[in-house]
Amino acid sequence: MRDLVSEMARRITVNGLQIARNGTALLDVPHLTLSGPGPTLILGPNGAGKSLLLRCLHGLIAPDKGSVEQDGVPLNADHKARQAMVFQQPVLLRRSVAANLDFVLKRQGLQRVARKTRIADLLAQGGLEGKARQAARSLSGGEAQRLAILRALALDPDTLFLDEPTSALDPGATQVIERMILRASEGGVRIVMVTHDIGQARRLASDVVMMQGGHVVEHGDARQVLDDPKSDASRRYLSGGLVT
Amino acid sequence: MQGFASEFNTAFTLILNGDPELWAIVLLSLKVSVFAVLISALIGMPVGAALAVARFPGRRVLIILMNALMGFPPVVVGLLVYLMLSRSGPLGVLELLYTPTAMIIAQVVLVTPIVAALTRQVVEMLAEEYSEQLRSLGVSRLASVPVLLWDARLALVTALLAGFGRAIAEVGAVIIVGGNINHVTRVMTTTIALETSKGNLALALALGAILIGIAIAVNAMVSTLSLRAEREGLRHA
Repeated sequence: MRDLVSEMARRITVNGLQIARNGTALLDVPHLTLSGPGPTLILGPNGAGKSLLLRCLHGLIAPDKGSVEQDGVPLNADHKARQAMVFQQPVLLRRSVAANLDFVLKRQGLQRVARKTRIADLLAQGGLEGKARQAARSLSGGEAQRLAILRALALDPDTLFLDEPTSALDPGATQVIERMILRASEGGVRIVMVTHDIGQARRLASDVVMMQGGHVVEHGDARQVLDDPKSDASRRYLSGGLVT
Repeated sequence: MQGFASEFNTAFTLILNGDPELWAIVLLSLKVSVFAVLISALIGMPVGAALAVARFPGRRVLIILMNALMGFPPVVVGLLVYLMLSRSGPLGVLELLYTPTAMIIAQVVLVTPIVAALTRQVVEMLAEEYSEQLRSLGVSRLASVPVLLWDARLALVTALLAGFGRAIAEVGAVIIVGGNINHVTRVMTTTIALETSKGNLALALALGAILIGIAIAVNAMVSTLSLRAEREGLRHA
């Protein structure tokens, strides 16, 4: 029953979403429903509007027109408090690794002892044991992104948005991050992730949103969209053709 | 030439023998400037951070004004503080003129714009980088101020050291509001000015050497902090 309730609470609906700058439409999504259960991957070329859509879903950018709803209710502070986001370039506080996690746990109202235990758990989860006291900004790219994901998970989110978290990482570091994402998904966190890596979409996605030129050109089951795309734009992108 | 060399000799003898008059002047200078910098930090840092984070009409004008105040001529600051504290001035009843407190006030007026402007610069750059992440974590604009100040700590210490450098080396303002009274308001710079004009070069040279030493020490601290910041990836730019 609890699963059903949380599943319901994670249904994200977009209606008539529009963003334009200087007369150019950057995002135009008449309707989109993300209902899960597994990771949703938003796929498309650069400038397709993927990151912009993700920011609208998380409430970081207010659209010119249209709405984002969660479970039929317009996105509000309560929803946002149960969401987290990881950015392409991890934004880490200029503090130690442990202090980055402590920052969000303290905001959650956890007491010192509970925070300490939780930090140790999280560091072990991300393979960052032994780095607790190291300056976060001196971590390698892969470690920094792992810490950013751990910090997001420290919020106990029901939805985790990720904006191309592995675009600057080598295959080894990417694999570690993908494992973390899948583990979070299996643990019940709703994953909505932007990528332009088709292979990554195949490895992670349960459903795929294909975007091009600010529009959603296709949305459906991952296997169907990736193996048998219905739109020309999807076909061109997936076949490796140059799509702008 | 020989006289010149003997002045140098006497100057170093004064320093090395711990001449009480010389060290009393050094101590007063340090006290006044350290106090002034601390008060400037209390005023300048929140003002700088608020200007970096808040958005309101007239913000640009305030920033330009603050930057302009950084280059305000110390003599003019001295004159204005003098007018405020003089018997007929609005703060005349406090009878602060020709006291170390008056010198602290003048230095606060000189240093606060430096601290505020540098804080604004550093915090604004950091706020830009942190903006989306902090909003994603549900941190409000107001609540982000202490986060930004703490994360900019190394750069802010550098700003304070820059302010201290200006305060300790300043002569025009403190001589006007302090009056250069022996054993009361005589600091290093004002003593150098006075003793040079009297021909007592040894004391002036001794104080000059100490002042240069302090300047080098402050710069060394700034460089060390910058290096540390770079090594730990705490740099802002």
